[in-house]
Amino acid sequence: MVAYESVVRVKDVKKIFRMGTIEVHALRGINLQIEKGEYISIMGPSGSGKSTLFNMIGGLDKPTEGKVYIDEVDVAQLDAFELAWLRCRKIGYIFQTFNLIPVMTAAENIMLPMVFAGLSHDEALAKSAELLSIVGLEGRMNHKPSELSGGQQQRVAIARALANDPAIILADEPTGNLDLKTGKEIIMLLKRLNKEKGVTVISATHDLKMLDVSDRIFWIRDGQVEKVEQRSEVKLEVGNVGGEEG
Amino acid sequence: MEEEKIGRQITLPLSDAVKISFNSLKIRFGRSLITIGGIFLGIAFLVSVLASSAISFSLAIEDDPDVKVKQTWLVILSLLVCVLGIMNSMLMSVTERYKEIGTMKCLGALDKFVVELFILEAVFQGIVGSLGGSLFGIIGVTIAYLVKNGFKVIVYYPIIKIIFYIFISVVIGIVLSVIGCIYPAYKASKMVPAEAMRTEV
Repeated sequence: MVAYESVVRVKDVKKIFRMGTIEVHALRGINLQIEKGEYISIMGPSGSGKSTLFNMIGGLDKPTEGKVYIDEVDVAQLDAFELAWLRCRKIGYIFQTFNLIPVMTAAENIMLPMVFAGLSHDEALAKSAELLSIVGLEGRMNHKPSELSGGQQQRVAIARALANDPAIILADEPTGNLDLKTGKEIIMLLKRLNKEKGVTVISATHDLKMLDVSDRIFWIRDGQVEKVEQRSEVKLEVGNVGGEEG
Repeated sequence: MEEEKIGRQITLPLSDAVKISFNSLKIRFGRSLITIGGIFLGIAFLVSVLASSAISFSLAIEDDPDVKVKQTWLVILSLLVCVLGIMNSMLMSVTERYKEIGTMKCLGALDKFVVELFILEAVFQGIVGSLGGSLFGIIGVTIAYLVKNGFKVIVYYPIIKIIFYIFISVVIGIVLSVIGCIYPAYKASKMVPAEAMRTEV
């Protein structure tokens, strides 16, 4: 932990989805606080509401009740321009299905958020080369996503998430579509970036490999935080994550 | 990391937007061609009618006024069909790209960027389709008159009028293409990113 400053604060958040006459309570009053530089896992079975929570934290969806603060700013108060700015510069998103733009090369995908942030083409190109080498994909600048493996695509997605030096990386099941070994590599990469760049990593997952590298784990069940565990409390019975930890 | 608070998002340089929308057309080349084909045929019909009346006039052939009314109505109908075709193919293109649009919004794209990209695509399609269509229509009509009336068609060819009609038709083609894409583009831009990402297509 770099400093005791909360990056994300979620206060009494409830989310109700209405499907016809049926009300689905996806979140039933979530409270949590995440400090700068932490590596957080949000764990829970499917249907527990973790993806909904993830969307709330990322400003991708609005809570029915309650407040979400990013850097102590109430996300609900932001207009469209400010929200876009927040998504562009403060938060980097990583998805289970990678979500690279298929018509663009790896470099162009990484450059996109920088273009939105107003960087010149040359600056963005230089930075995308640098980011690709950080994630271990030098020489793949001009490959289209379809020419890359799943693990490589996720690395490009991570590089894209880092494009504007965000304070937070939000990862939704980042290892969900990857095999065991590649999944581990991606987790170690995220952990490395967390340590080196001090970026806060929040990932919604049910991949137990994540437990080893997380500073804290929020267990979600039925739309509520069931328990919060510190890393030291977690029994490491899941098998070692290859090599030295962190 | 910079310690600025929330700012406001504004940028998407036109050159980048042009490049992005051009690439999306290129990768969906087959379907773009179908959309372009719709504009092509609609405009070809419009130009044929305009050019044939111009050539008739220059050859001092009287047009039947009854036929003229019918032709105008047919032209309007064909252009409406053309707009609906564009709208249909643009809606498909939006549906196919829900995820892509959601991703763009996550990366900081404003609603108007999304609209801009779709409108640019429509403009490209409009230009290509209506230029091609008007040339095709004019060549067709000219050949038809040549066969019927011989070389005096060339001698009295109303070239200025024809060029004017090409210009008008290209403008009409672009406008129709943009009209066809406004609703799909608006629909695409209004999607909540979370919703867009959830969709499995």
